[in-house]
Amino acid sequence: MEIWNRHFECMEREELKKVQSERLRETVERVYYNVPYYRNKMQEAGLGPEHIQSTDDLHKLPFTTKQDLRDNYPFGLFAVPMSEIVRIHASSGTTGKPTVVGYTHRDIATWSEVMARTLTCAGANRHDFIHVAYGYGLFTGGLGLHYGGEKIGASVIPVSGGNTTRQLQLIHDFGSTVLACTPSYALFLAEAIEESGISRNELKLRVGVFGAEPWTENMRKEIEEKLRIKAIDIYGLSEVIGPGVASECLSQQGLHISEDHFFPEIIDPRTLKVLPQGETGELVFTTITKEGLPLIRYRTRDLTRLTYDKCTCGRTMVRMEKCLGRSDDMLIIRGVNLFPSQVESVLLEMSEIKPHYLLFVDRINNLDTIELQVEVDEAFFQDKISQLQSLRNKIQNNLESSLGLGIKVTLVEPKTIERSEGKSKRVIDKRKY
Amino acid sequence: MIIHQLSVFLENKSGRLTEVLEALGEESIKITALTVADTTEFGILRLIVPEPEKARDLLRSKQFTVNLTEVISVMAPNEAQHYAKVLRILSDLDISIEYTYAFSIGNKSIIILRCSNTEEAIKALKEHELELMRASDLYKI
Repeated sequence: MEIWNRHFECMEREELKKVQSERLRETVERVYYNVPYYRNKMQEAGLGPEHIQSTDDLHKLPFTTKQDLRDNYPFGLFAVPMSEIVRIHASSGTTGKPTVVGYTHRDIATWSEVMARTLTCAGANRHDFIHVAYGYGLFTGGLGLHYGGEKIGASVIPVSGGNTTRQLQLIHDFGSTVLACTPSYALFLAEAIEESGISRNELKLRVGVFGAEPWTENMRKEIEEKLRIKAIDIYGLSEVIGPGVASECLSQQGLHISEDHFFPEIIDPRTLKVLPQGETGELVFTTITKEGLPLIRYRTRDLTRLTYDKCTCGRTMVRMEKCLGRSDDMLIIRGVNLFPSQVESVLLEMSEIKPHYLLFVDRINNLDTIELQVEVDEAFFQDKISQLQSLRNKIQNNLESSLGLGIKVTLVEPKTIERSEGKSKRVIDKRKY
Repeated sequence: MIIHQLSVFLENKSGRLTEVLEALGEESIKITALTVADTTEFGILRLIVPEPEKARDLLRSKQFTVNLTEVISVMAPNEAQHYAKVLRILSDLDISIEYTYAFSIGNKSIIILRCSNTEEAIKALKEHELELMRASDLYKI
């Protein structure tokens, strides 16, 4: 199996720890002097940069959360002057404010490097044609795969999302060998291929790199059988860098984290204590090489566990298990992050309805479906089908324009959605992971 | 001349219509006319009953979404041309019909109309000497 960067990816763990500790020291020093937010937090905890000598000291530092990014919207946590920032990405946020990330030239180089590792992990090389069906734009998926693909010298096809017929035509005509998209879209494509009458033998697809949403071993089996490819799980989040944080190798025994760039910890999301090796908990990352937006102990909310044993592929980088769920209520719908509170804030702006709602999430024909049931206000009900339909369309449009997600809206009778004291049940997710 | 029709919002959920009728049945409420307009997601049940206010309050107390809607009613021979005439009179005056339904008794038909402008519709139909029904007459049927 090829390894992109043998020096780091196969480094002895003792030596790796030295590298990580040195990079951590530099990062802490940089954020302490360049980001008032971090300096204040460290001072409150009675810490200075001198207290962080190695990765063993990391637990002393306070956590950073998505809320901290929002509170410092848009650029408050950047550690370099804006003149050094060459790229900005953003993901949707709960209160209309997106989570903003910035990259320096070196950060883009780092991202390309870790994505080159990811693609090499999946067995791709300069002779491959990489069909990138992740969205291009503010979402990090498309461009992340793109730069990594170019870095390994492959022929990158930047198709972005949508238009399945054209996707199939290009995969067929260009002889794409690597497919990059969400796992549910891969299954959708597999069925579209069956329906199109294109014989699988006419396609050259060999491997797929799939991420941006949770998926099960059963889904993997189905994708591998239907598309006759090897399905590789990749992991990333825009706050940390985007895709490229971790990737499975061809032995498919957990995802190798590029821990010379992103230092992982597993904590108990309730006590916030670091858990012993091998235990399941919330994944926390400290970026130790990033310049634009370094993050100290960033809580991903993803639940997983880590294995430090050497992998059969020869890489020494720690492996994380497929994510098992989340420690908050975030939903991932067709790769788009969604908090129920986002839906609520859109509904609250509309006087015609009560903000009593229920979200039904399911996966039908391998694509996520989401339906919103919302109560009609009796005062607004006036015996006109067209009026009710235009109300429904208005809710649908308002949701789509502020969340970037198509949600089917169903109007229901008032007082039929269960009220409960305290935290009411807002989501019924029937998808099986 | 104005009839108060009960309009009930119905979720597309099996048994919901039955529940409305059972609730009315418990109070021995008579039904003069009934129609359901439905879409794939929801429906509106329209009912003409004697004492519509009482029926509305009853249904509201049982958590149904109910409103009273003003409609008018015309009695005419139950031949298509008479129905057409009624509609023609209104359309010539640009009064739009949101919906209409009808039922027959003997050789007469009772036409129910929901118009964009109820007052004008009543005036126009009267001018053409059509037989508009009073609510009290309608409930006697």
